Formats: sequence, C-alpha cells, structure tokens
Amino acid sequence: MDQLSGGEALIRALHDEGVDIIFGYPGGAVLHIYDAIFNQDKIEHILVRHEQAATHAADGYARGTGKPGVVLVTSGPGATNAITGIATAYMDSIPMVVISGQVESRLIGSDGFQETDMVGVSRPVVKHSFMVQNAADIPLIVKKAFHIATTGRPGPVVIDIPKDVTDPKVKFDYAYPADIKMRSYAVPAKGHSGQIKKAVDVLMAAKRPMIYAGGGVIQGEGAELLTELTRELGFPITNTLMGLGAYPASDKQFVGMLGMHGTYEANMSMHYCDALLAIGVRFDDRVTNSDVTKFCPDATILHVDIDPASISKTVSADVPIVGSVISVLEEMLAQVKASKQKVDEKSLKVWWDQIAQWREKDSLGVTPSEDGITIKPQEVIQAVYAITKGDAYVSSDVGQHQMFAAQYYGFDKPRRWINSGGLGTMGFGFPAAMGIQFAFPDAISVCVTGEGSFQMNLQELATCMQYQLPIKIICLNNRALGMVKQWQDMQYGGRHSHSTYAESLPDFIKLAESYGHVGIRIENKSELNAKLEEAFALKDRLVFVDVLVDPEEHVYPMAIKGGAMKDMILSKSERT
Amino acid sequence: MRRIISVLMENEPGALSRVVGLFSQRNYNIDSLTVAPTEDQSLSRLTLTTTGDERRIEQITKHLNKLVDVVKLVDLTEGAHIERELMLIKVKAAGAQRAEVTRTTEIFRGQVVDLTNSVFSIQLTGTSDKLDAFITALGESIVLEVARTGVSGISRGEKVLTL
Repeated sequence: MDQLSGGEALIRALHDEGVDIIFGYPGGAVLHIYDAIFNQDKIEHILVRHEQAATHAADGYARGTGKPGVVLVTSGPGATNAITGIATAYMDSIPMVVISGQVESRLIGSDGFQETDMVGVSRPVVKHSFMVQNAADIPLIVKKAFHIATTGRPGPVVIDIPKDVTDPKVKFDYAYPADIKMRSYAVPAKGHSGQIKKAVDVLMAAKRPMIYAGGGVIQGEGAELLTELTRELGFPITNTLMGLGAYPASDKQFVGMLGMHGTYEANMSMHYCDALLAIGVRFDDRVTNSDVTKFCPDATILHVDIDPASISKTVSADVPIVGSVISVLEEMLAQVKASKQKVDEKSLKVWWDQIAQWREKDSLGVTPSEDGITIKPQEVIQAVYAITKGDAYVSSDVGQHQMFAAQYYGFDKPRRWINSGGLGTMGFGFPAAMGIQFAFPDAISVCVTGEGSFQMNLQELATCMQYQLPIKIICLNNRALGMVKQWQDMQYGGRHSHSTYAESLPDFIKLAESYGHVGIRIENKSELNAKLEEAFALKDRLVFVDVLVDPEEHVYPMAIKGGAMKDMILSKSERT
Repeated sequence: MRRIISVLMENEPGALSRVVGLFSQRNYNIDSLTVAPTEDQSLSRLTLTTTGDERRIEQITKHLNKLVDVVKLVDLTEGAHIERELMLIKVKAAGAQRAEVTRTTEIFRGQVVDLTNSVFSIQLTGTSDKLDAFITALGESIVLEVARTGVSGISRGEKVLTL
C-alpha cells in the first residue's frame, strides 16, 4: 500500500477512475495538488486562460466522449469563475467533476484571502457536492463523486478541498475503493414492463403518431436503439436542440428540430399528433411554447425519462416510464416486434401524406440576397456542412448563429452537436471545441460562433496556440447581438437598445494573428466556398474565419409567444 | 393542501441547506421545519409542512428524493398520522388574569412552567390548530412572546419510516 499525501492521492484517484485529462488553472489553494501533477505523467493537465473556459472545455469533452469532464480550479475567484460552466453542465445534464481548492480548514469562515463558500455558492447548480475534511477521505469521495456525476441523470459534482488536506507532509495509506454503494443514492432500474406495454398499445393504435427525442437519448447512449425502433415503427421523429443527432437528420423519417425555431413540419406534426412518444426530453418552454395548455391537444403522452422529477413537471404524462433509455428502448423494441396488433399502416400513410404537404412549405428555404454579394448566415452553415461532409464536431455559442447551425447542419450522429441548450451560455462554444479537439485530435472541430459570443472567451486563443489545437472558428459576424436585435425588431419597435457595437469591433484577423493563428475574412458571397475550403485545408492550424453576414437576417420559423406549437412566424411577412 | 413530509437524511454538514435550498430555488413554501438526529446517529429526521396542489407536492417529494443526502421520505398526510407541535408562550398574567390564564391552560392541557408576579410561561403540545386555538383563547392582547417548534409527526399503526 502506498503512502500518499492528499494532493498525490487526489491525482492517483483520478487516474484510478480512468481520467486522463483535466482542465484547470492553478492558484494558492491548489498548489500542493499542482505539485502532485508536476510529479506524474499519467494525467495530462490543460492550462486554460480562464476558469470558465476550463469548465466549458471539460463539458465539451464530456459531450463528445460520454466520459465525465474534470476541472481543477483554485479557491475564491477560481471557484466562482467556474460557476457559469458548472451551471451550463447542470442544465444540460452533463457529467462533470469539479475540484476546487479551499482555504485552510482553520481559516474557513474567517473571510480568509481568496475564500468563497464554494459548496454554498454552487449548491443550486450541482447534482451533489463534497467538502473534504481529511486526506484519507479523498479516495472514497472521488469514487462517490464520479459515481454520482455519471449515473442516473448525469450532472456536475463539486469536490471542495481545503489546502491543509493536500499537505505533502501528511501521508496516509492509499487504497482506491473498487466499488461503491450509497444507501441514499439509487440509480433508477429498468423501466416498468407493464408501463412499456401500455405505451406500445397506444403506439400501435395511433393514427397520427410522433416521436419526440431529446438529449437524454444521447446521454443515455440510446441513439442506435432509437433509430432501430423508429424505423421499425415507421413513425415521424423530431429531435430537440439537445437531441440533434439522436436520429440521423438525413433520414426521410426525420422532420427536423422542433420548438421555438423548429421546422414547420416538426411543430405541425407535434401539434396534430394523437400519440406522442417523448424520450429523454423535459418539455422545455422552448419546445412547448409558453402556454402548455395548448400543447399537443389531441395527444396521449408517453414519457420516458431516467429522472422521475422530469415526468409530469410541465406537461402531464398519460403513460410515465421511469428508466434508463437503453433499458426502455430495448424492451419497447422487443414488445413492438412481438406485438399481435400491428401499426395502423393505412392511417400512417394518411399522416405521412399530411406531413409531406407541410414539408412542401420548405420552412428552411434560404432566399439568397438580391445583390448577389451579401452572404446569408444560413449559406455559411450549408457551405461548412458541404465542405466537412456533415461529419464534423460542431460546437456553438448562443444566439442566431446557434439556431442556424442547429437548423442547417444536419447531424447524422450523436455527440457531434455541442451546444449550451438549457442555460444558453454565450462563450461556451470555443472552449467546448477545445475539449472536443483534445478528445478527438484527428477530427474536425468546428466552432460556429458570433462576434458577440466569441468575445466572451476569446482569451482561449492562447490555450489553442500552446496546445496546437487546429480548431476552425466560423464567426457569423453580423456586427450585432443578433438574437437580441431580432427580438427588438419584432417586439420593441426596432429600438436596438445596446445590441449593436459595429464601431468598436476588433479586427478579428489581426487578433487571431497576434496569437499566432490564421485569420481569414470573407465579405463577398462569391468567395465564400473557396475561402472556407482554404480554411479547412489548413489542417494543422487554428483558423479564425470572420464571415461578414447579412445583419438584417432573422431566424425563422419562430414560435408565436403564447400560442400553440402550430403558431409560427415563418418569415418577415408570413405567419401560420 | 397542507402536507407534512418527514425525511430521513444523512446526518452530514450541508444536508439541511440542500433541503432548504431546494425549496427556495424551486419556489416552494416551507411553513414549518424541524430537524434532529434519530436513534441512529448517522441519520437526521427532518419534518416540514408545506402547501400546494397535488402536482406541486409530487414535484416536491420527487426533488427531495433526488437529493443525494436524502435516504427516504414519507408524506405523512397521505395516511393516518399523529402530528405534534410544542409551543412555549409567555403571557401577561396579573391580578384576575392569573386565574383566567390558569383555567384556559388547564382546558388545553398545557402547563405553566415558569411565573413571575406579572407573567406566566406556558408549555403546550398538540396539533398546530390546537396551538392556534390556544393563542386565540388567551386573547392576543396578553401574549408577550411565542416560541413554536414546528410540526413533528409519525404515522399511526405499524407503518414505520426507517431504513
């Protein structure tokens, strides 16, 4: 048995847990831990330039790989800077373990230098948290933290460690627990067979069925089974913003993303369906529109989720099924195959004919600019899709560019679309793209961003130089906070209160170059493809592509506030 | 509807703040709250009263159950149960008032536990309604100070909340 200090034990425990990379930033309270990192070579530590970026990078890594992201920050400002990233992961149920330094035990509560009550500050945005009191508790606490972060509905877990606990002079016998059992934490078992049977009966009897799948399917590794089940049933399927890639976007049964900026056909199918199979979704207000009483008025709602608290939270489920997505989908598929009653093919044909009519509306059709020069933001995403053959990892920030990416980059695989759906964190995309590039060094990691979001974490250009990350940053530069401006256009008489700043934007090309990267500006539609090709051809370099796009463009379709899902604004001049 | 929810949770630092935080975070009410260790020193029992419709109560119990420190919980109001609250109340009691207060205390089966020439301190246990009724019966004009523990409860019969 090895004699280790608390700092050494922490790093050893992370290694024993299978961690090979952590994202962090040193400071006083974690110096003992950083010394332990210096003295080993099993775990790679990535030095970011801001703690928020550490959490987003770890988050991106987790979303891409399915493995928990790990973050190490110091006490006080280091810990509070991490909060936005923790909250981002919490809202999207991303497995993450955040280790924060704390002032020495004897100083806790005395307003010591760089002291913050991290357990208290983070409490509303973590799945659980620990304050370590003795070095010898570290192995068990690390084991518990990873168990809690990665099982059930995943989420971030904070481990707060006072500096004295990692003191190199205090050693103990290190042993990592092989297994963990917690009487107060049980992972939901398999879905109830009787409930699944009820759901299958509803699906088989349905005349206008609809499948609505979300991020839970991706988190629960259920995409393959979902695809198999959907094909077996022959039903239309929509994915949420968080669920893009759970079902292949290029498949004919896919009707597009639903919700506030969902396709016409997806939202219409939702509204008029008579049976709704909801899997790994939470009936978010960006899906249901603001008035849930108008949501899917004719539908029998079947809701599958691993978190019982998600079920009947906003929309009452007629058939609730609590269980892991894999266990439920496996059994549902088996029951569907064995069912004596078959799908009502005749009604289904009528339903598909109806959907085909809705599709003819072509709600994502792009009208090129009249001058032939101005670039539409949608055209940029379409071009990026074509050049990357739809096979890139696409991270995004938050705003119009995020919606354009979600609408126009058809994701055929899970874990390719990396975005902050729940919290809507500007500044998320770029560091998340770093996490992706660390996880998949040979993959194309694209960050679709806007000039507003990008400026919230642009300091990471330095990190990308240090670690030679060849991320492709596609900035849809409309010289404004586009989504804010769109709402101001639509609801505030065009008064652009604090949403424009064209006169003070940096020269992004020089900015990228000053960090040692490549910058490319695209202003004319005629050069869009060639210059994007040029950017993606620079395989070993980070390229910042500053695309000046039409600042007047809005994201459509858009849900009409207070309406049902069928109520949409389709363009600047057309409503449903 | 008023509910009494009893929670067995790990007797660890921070556990109580997680429960209380959940209520403020999700905009649920806590009308009363009482917490103490149980016969098993590793567990605390927390009892709270709250109000809400069925949907809200369902969400409250689900979210409480999700807290990692919560081991088990029961909504006592779902079945027959015993509910008790302890109140210490200090009232003005001088002259003729003394007999009146003593009589009222006897009727409510309370006990005078301390007195001076002008003040009685009375102890009373019962349901929250009974304690309210006692205060009304005494007359609010003579009440000087009220200290109530909040509701504690246990289910009737053989049903037990244990691990």
